[in-house]
Amino acid sequence: MANIQDTIAKKFPAAAFAADNSAIPQITIDDANLHSLALCLRDDCGMDYLVTIVGVDHGQSLGAIYYLMSTTTHELCSVAVSTSNREHPYIHSVADVWHIAEIFEREVYDFFGIIFVNNPDMRRLFLSIDWKGFPLRKDYDDQDPKLNPISIESERQSDFTDVYVEKNGKVVKTERAIFQPDDFVVNIGPQHPATHGVLRFRTAVDGETIKKIDVYMGYIHRGVEKLCEKLNYPQTLHFLDRLDYFSGHNYHHCLCNLYEKAAGIEISRRAKVIRVLMDELARIASHCLFIGTYCMDLGATTMLFYTLRVREQILDIMEKTCGARMTFNYPCIGGVMQDLHEDFVKDVKALLAVLPANIKEYNKIFTGNVIAKNRMEGVGTLSREDAIAYGVTGPSGRASGWACDVRKTRPYSIYSELDFEECLATEGDSMARFKVRIAEMEQSARIIEQLIDNIPEGEYCVKVPKVLKLPAGQWFEMVEGCRGTFAIYLESDGGTKPARLKIAPPCLPLAAVVDHITQGSKIADLITIGGSLDYIVPDMDR
Amino acid sequence: MEYSFANLTGAFHNLLLDTLGIPGWLTTTIECVLIGLGMLLAYSLLALFYIYFERKVCAAFQCRLGPNRVGPFGLLQAIADMFKILIKELIHLNHIDRFLFALAPYLVIIASMLCFAVLPWGNGLQIIDFNIGIFFLLACSSIGVLGILLAGWSSNNKFTLIGALRSGAQMVSYELSIGISVITMVCLAGTMNVPEIVQAQDHLWFIFSGHVPALIAFIIYIIAGTAETNRGPFDLPEAESELTAGYHTEYSGIHFGFFYLAEYLNLFIVSGVATLLFFGGWMPLHIPGWEGFNAVMDFIPSIIWFIAKAVIISFVIIWFKWTFPRLRIDQLMALEWKYLLPFGLFNLVLMTLVITFGWTL
Repeated sequence: MANIQDTIAKKFPAAAFAADNSAIPQITIDDANLHSLALCLRDDCGMDYLVTIVGVDHGQSLGAIYYLMSTTTHELCSVAVSTSNREHPYIHSVADVWHIAEIFEREVYDFFGIIFVNNPDMRRLFLSIDWKGFPLRKDYDDQDPKLNPISIESERQSDFTDVYVEKNGKVVKTERAIFQPDDFVVNIGPQHPATHGVLRFRTAVDGETIKKIDVYMGYIHRGVEKLCEKLNYPQTLHFLDRLDYFSGHNYHHCLCNLYEKAAGIEISRRAKVIRVLMDELARIASHCLFIGTYCMDLGATTMLFYTLRVREQILDIMEKTCGARMTFNYPCIGGVMQDLHEDFVKDVKALLAVLPANIKEYNKIFTGNVIAKNRMEGVGTLSREDAIAYGVTGPSGRASGWACDVRKTRPYSIYSELDFEECLATEGDSMARFKVRIAEMEQSARIIEQLIDNIPEGEYCVKVPKVLKLPAGQWFEMVEGCRGTFAIYLESDGGTKPARLKIAPPCLPLAAVVDHITQGSKIADLITIGGSLDYIVPDMDR
Repeated sequence: MEYSFANLTGAFHNLLLDTLGIPGWLTTTIECVLIGLGMLLAYSLLALFYIYFERKVCAAFQCRLGPNRVGPFGLLQAIADMFKILIKELIHLNHIDRFLFALAPYLVIIASMLCFAVLPWGNGLQIIDFNIGIFFLLACSSIGVLGILLAGWSSNNKFTLIGALRSGAQMVSYELSIGISVITMVCLAGTMNVPEIVQAQDHLWFIFSGHVPALIAFIIYIIAGTAETNRGPFDLPEAESELTAGYHTEYSGIHFGFFYLAEYLNLFIVSGVATLLFFGGWMPLHIPGWEGFNAVMDFIPSIIWFIAKAVIISFVIIWFKWTFPRLRIDQLMALEWKYLLPFGLFNLVLMTLVITFGWTL
């Protein structure tokens, strides 16, 4: 990192350096130099992956923090920009440096009203177009029922988007049409069997061929980040089961790690092992459901039942220990909620015994089928460069050849001690994404095998203060969810509630990349591609 | 020789005409009405059977039990479903072409009813018997696509329109392959008359006597037939994960029921025609030289032979549906125009050679 600091300091004398409480170096820069700094960071310093953009409101100023990661050295760094103009806050866009910034900047605009100059699509992302105010600003009054009354009319939408460009040193608002005037636009979603939730694709088609897709999200936006600011730390955990409901364990794991680091709590090894076991079981269950629903999308309904058989077995194990089959709410600050059920080891061993035969069966019925091959091979190809530029992580990113598994790149918990492989493919098509997930199930089983006989004795939850106060500061934590990199940014003002909790889910980039990889494909390919990316709508909407 | 149903129908005709002294025109009318009622009854009973059959077969493939609550072994489930469809509301939509919207399901159901009339149900048990029976069947089955196109068009909905266009392209294309494989078998039989085709398989079914070309024709027929009935893996017109329900998305109540029934009955018709052309229609399994075996086979009534064979072929088609993923529209077209059709034409030439040189069994 030292040489990055040298490079930046030489080129940008205005840049200031600091480090946050997670020891991630932070570069503070003014807006005028942001774009050239972004280019320099990407091209000269190898910071080619934009993890997330965190919008912040510090009372006097509004700002954005860009979390960046190098795909070669796996180092993290962050760039902080702020503007003191609350009426017309302008920050220059970096959408041309990292593609995914386009949608991240829309999110920041939606919640903070920061306008990103030169972003080609400066619309609201989650909230409806007639929403008044910017809810994550500290001066936003969310108790006023008259500000945004519940509308009983059909939601209005626009076929135009705003673009802010600089002309003669002044920022000018221009309008841009989303579709061509003579496009035949089909609404796929929000109520559609293939969108796996209420997501809407406005699809311009020419016959059966897709010309452009406008992804329209926000139907399950619940304002989790806003809600968290009103609740104390242990209470915020419960929302994480309701994002990606298959990765509940993994997401809890992330936030618990973050709080424990911030509060300086050391948990027992037993709790660590239990958390990892649950993470990997959740991963197998999630991939099982992926295979089933994906095959069903492609018309092979029977496969769903074969995969649900295994998933049921895992849910039974979870039910015995956690008391629930969904929204487990199991890891807590200091460890886990309850100790393992007495049947846990026996049940998991029974699962491990049947899993290989089941995976073999899936391959036999589906993977080798000639129709399945025709439908999936070469469909929706995503190159490694595009995967990084769009921030497509998880199995979908790894299918494009990008080694982005957080368990390997920035090992957390006990993952560095475990023996498993990161599953990679080079094709980047739907078939590769499918196969990577099957391979990951095998690797997760391997991890469980190593741990199941070695669950150490000890307490499952250490004592933590009843009222948890975190010191002032900012933290950043990443884990590998079932669908990709899940990151959380926390800013604390020293109280019992988070001042800002930003959740960076893996599914938002997955949905954002759909337009890019479906252009020129058939309508049926949209279902293949969407299914293979395996996004979860509550996760992207939050 | 087996019992011919022609004796029964002939006796009934004489009863009306001679014994009761009813005039000729009235006799014909009475008979037509009775036949119509019989057909409707057979139609609905078969549909009920198929709904139950498919659900049970599909459940077995998917490690489930299938319907098992209504009646013993869930036998009354299909009847309950049918009753539910009958009493459901027909939802009236604005912005549609009312006349065409209402006409479409009837066209579909009429097409499959007409095809029903030429199937060889049993020895002498046939409603229409004329010299171009097979040709008539092909012609009637083409009416169905008109109904589907109208349904998609008149619904005034983008999804149904895409479904209907897919369906139109698919059915028109695959009719070619069906036609070619039917012509191949007509060549072998030397007639288009349905009873004569069955009689020609008296000693041995065509699938055996026709050698390789008959086998190829059967494979082409079963693929094209599956596509013709819009069933998986060719169920693109109603691909539920893409187009919700395709051309019949906007239909409700009994109008939807008509499409639903027609799909199952088309399944039976495709299987029935396969039975007629390749497996001897109602003809029992005869093996030349095995006199005792042939005599035993003759004891089984002809109507049972026909229906059993058709159901077994339907089972295979259902098996396809619950195993394979769906094709994409361009792959579907490529399969027809690049593979099935050229192979079918080549096979037709092969069949004529086989017949010319007398290589048949």
